[in-house]
Amino acid sequence: MDDILKEFLTESLEGLDQLDTKFVLLEQNPEDRETLASIFRTVHTIKGTCGFLGFGHLEKLTHAGENLLSLLRDGKLQFSREIASALLNMLDAVRTMLGEVERTGGDGEEAYPDLIETLHRLKTGGAAAHSPPASPIVPSPEILSTPMSETATGEAGDFLLAPAAGAYPDAADPLSVEAGTNANPLAQPTADNLIFFGLPEPTAAVPEPIIPAVAASSPPTPAPLAEAMAPAPERPNSAPVAPGSGAPTIAESSIRVDVPLLDKLMNLVGELVLARNQILEYSTLQENAPLQAASQRLNLITSELQEGIMRTRMQPINNIWAKFPRVVRDLSVSCGKQVRVEMEGKETELDKSLIEAMKDPLTHLIRNAIDHGVELPAIRQADGKPEEGLLSMRAYHEGGQVHIEIGDDGAGINPGKLRNKALEKGLITAERATTMTDQDIRRLIFLPGFSTAEKITNISGRGVGMDVVKTNIEKIGGVIDLESELGHGTTFKIRIPLTLAIVPALIITSGKERFAIPQVNLLELIRVNEEQRSSAIEYVHSNPVYRLRGKLLPIVHLNRELRLAPARATGVINIVVLQAGQHQFGLVVDQINDTQEIVVKPLDKVLQDIPVFAGATIMGDGRVALILDVLGIAQQAHILSESHDQGVSAQLREARSRTSERQTLLLVRSPGNSRLAIPLAPVSRLEEIPIDQVESAGEVDVVQYRGQILPLIHLRDILSERRSFNRLVDAGAASVDANLLQAIVFGDGVRQVGLIVDEILDIIQDVFEVKGRATRNGVSGTLVIQGRVTELFDVEGFLRRVAPLLALVEEV
Amino acid sequence: MADQRQLCTFFLEDRFFGIEVERVQEVIRYQTVTPVPLAPAVVRGLINLRGQIVTAIDLRRLLQVEDRTDERLPINIVMHARQGIFSLLVDRIGDVLEVDEDSFEHPPDTLDGIARELIRGAYKLQGRLLLVLNVAKLFSPEILHRGYRMADA
Repeated sequence: MDDILKEFLTESLEGLDQLDTKFVLLEQNPEDRETLASIFRTVHTIKGTCGFLGFGHLEKLTHAGENLLSLLRDGKLQFSREIASALLNMLDAVRTMLGEVERTGGDGEEAYPDLIETLHRLKTGGAAAHSPPASPIVPSPEILSTPMSETATGEAGDFLLAPAAGAYPDAADPLSVEAGTNANPLAQPTADNLIFFGLPEPTAAVPEPIIPAVAASSPPTPAPLAEAMAPAPERPNSAPVAPGSGAPTIAESSIRVDVPLLDKLMNLVGELVLARNQILEYSTLQENAPLQAASQRLNLITSELQEGIMRTRMQPINNIWAKFPRVVRDLSVSCGKQVRVEMEGKETELDKSLIEAMKDPLTHLIRNAIDHGVELPAIRQADGKPEEGLLSMRAYHEGGQVHIEIGDDGAGINPGKLRNKALEKGLITAERATTMTDQDIRRLIFLPGFSTAEKITNISGRGVGMDVVKTNIEKIGGVIDLESELGHGTTFKIRIPLTLAIVPALIITSGKERFAIPQVNLLELIRVNEEQRSSAIEYVHSNPVYRLRGKLLPIVHLNRELRLAPARATGVINIVVLQAGQHQFGLVVDQINDTQEIVVKPLDKVLQDIPVFAGATIMGDGRVALILDVLGIAQQAHILSESHDQGVSAQLREARSRTSERQTLLLVRSPGNSRLAIPLAPVSRLEEIPIDQVESAGEVDVVQYRGQILPLIHLRDILSERRSFNRLVDAGAASVDANLLQAIVFGDGVRQVGLIVDEILDIIQDVFEVKGRATRNGVSGTLVIQGRVTELFDVEGFLRRVAPLLALVEEV
Repeated sequence: MADQRQLCTFFLEDRFFGIEVERVQEVIRYQTVTPVPLAPAVVRGLINLRGQIVTAIDLRRLLQVEDRTDERLPINIVMHARQGIFSLLVDRIGDVLEVDEDSFEHPPDTLDGIARELIRGAYKLQGRLLLVLNVAKLFSPEILHRGYRMADA
């Protein structure tokens, strides 16, 4: 039973996910009978199954929805927005209940009477008559109970849900004809539905034991049966092999597998590859033809198996996109906007883990686009745009990466407003604000500071949680950027690496190592014969070029770029013609091997800085080969001009380096009421230390701190270059104003020292420029912060100076 | 026992090193590495560890000890660091030792350069010192790049 329940849950949830999309489709095209019928089928399936499993509340609710749907489907009721909302509400309620079922095994206490009432009300609004009489064709429970128990206990038990769920929706058609104009009777019987509706299609999939019951209860007329079969011609073949697949079409050719199982298989295949490698190695040493033949076969099979298993983890991006039309619809309704969704590249495949990781950021971007991007219909009209806004989503593979674009045709981001807000929040200085380009300003929405205040959205139109989106994308090694034109909309462009993604690639050899070149960049291969070798490559100034059909193609030697062993000076020249952005160039390699589908794996961080590699892959023989980044090579070889092409990536890199220059400083009041800035990086903690806890150790003040002895140094002693340090214990409490000392703790957890300051004023973050020279000890320079001259504390000098003290304390 | 810890030990020539045993995933014999052109010299290359691509770091080069001249192959110690999984190439693997925290001492002030950052301290064993490496720093890009510059100079 547990298995049945689990099956029911997965199946129902899957069905619900599809319904979201279908409802939105339906709203756009209310006349679409086919969609209506399939919605009806899904709801019906859920209802029938919960009746069978004894979930009363859930059944009542879905029943009410089904009634409404049947009227719609039969054209007795006109589809309206109100109906759509009620039905979508029903879906949400069903989801909640299913969640309850998953947690507790029961469908919970909530019966949703209001919602049921609404559904009923809507129904009577359009249809002719609504009376719930028992239909003459409803069979008695006795007849039904027999086949049911037989199926459940017999060999066909596994298929119990499948044939029934698959068959009875089609049955609804002929039966409703028989039942006259009222569709209600169909939904009346509770536990009986499952089998009852399965009847009219007995020859298709229903296991043997049921057939007698079929004949007994409701012999279908041939004509409606044929009609019912028509929409699902593939069902008779596929249903028996796909137990539990109540969802139509695609789902039938697939089965569900636990991800942990896939992971385990993946690891096992890895082990297999290693073992295979060893056998291959061993077999080549043996003069044993059968062994060699067998190991070759093993080799091939293992490679294919490896590839196959890796592919199982790939999923089309539509798995998350499918939910978005519903999100868009709900949001736009609640905002009073009209938004149309366009999707392109739904089938683009990503690794499952990436799909999961992209879900939240994409949802966020879409919410933002509707909430803040697309304007209200009236405003759009006034601006001469169609009332209906457009949200476009694109996904594609390019340059070994997955590109995802989320765009709207809304108001765009106003850099002026953004600039003011950033200034107001202190995120940028006035000076910097004047030098920043509009595009730089737009990118400010990715700063954490922009996400905190809700009201920001009223002013800038964007920005809630954008930093979170950015962080999430960067976590999986991706990059996000935006393009925006005032009045014309905003597009977010995301690039994520194809971790684990499989791309076709050309394998080449250079300097005795193999490299993979993604085929997307590949234009053609040129082989220059030995005789033409000397004349084929000419020089423009000192830059090598090749005449390709009359045009000069710049030539790059891979061995030279990678500082590999130089190629042979004789023999053929192999040129791989590549496309990098707008430019083409020829890459000279030692040898061209073959093309393969490779699995892209990311390089470690320390190697990611090398622009010429996009990742690595494992070859059939188990060895690692590097994947060349064609754009990176072109840049390294200066094929690309500075002005364009480097485009977003270079800009982003630049932006990143700028943020890395940002410093966080601790502002304190120094003796003499001047201000002192202390770099926060080496500071481990800020502490308040009660003055009566200060003790003496040798020559210094100390305090017991986290199981260690922490020496305390006064800031004023450092600044005045006293030879000996001031002693609190000697001077008594009179020398300080308060009972608590403000201590800034420096150190790495092993050796620490506390710096006592009079007052901690503020913590600020910005790019700072040292303006003046140091004027006294312990200070490394002066700068202007918040409009006031501030001294910069010399942390290194300080730590150097107190080092002997630390050693002293350690000995004590 | 709170003041006891287990260290996985290994050798560079006769220098005796240790790292916390929890960090070590496995020890495997030498694998063919795929060199990475243009990478820091401390990066010997990439190995395939059951389908996972692991960067192999040469401890000799990291600590600025001369490359080996003989033909013997190094050993891979595969370990977890915050930055991911790495393989550390060492000359020879030793035992897993239990050491007393009491016998630990910070490195002397005379130790400087990159070694000072990488060697957390020494356990005074009978007859020899066991140097403990700071795994957190060992594989940080900053250290690896620095090792590169020094090796270049």
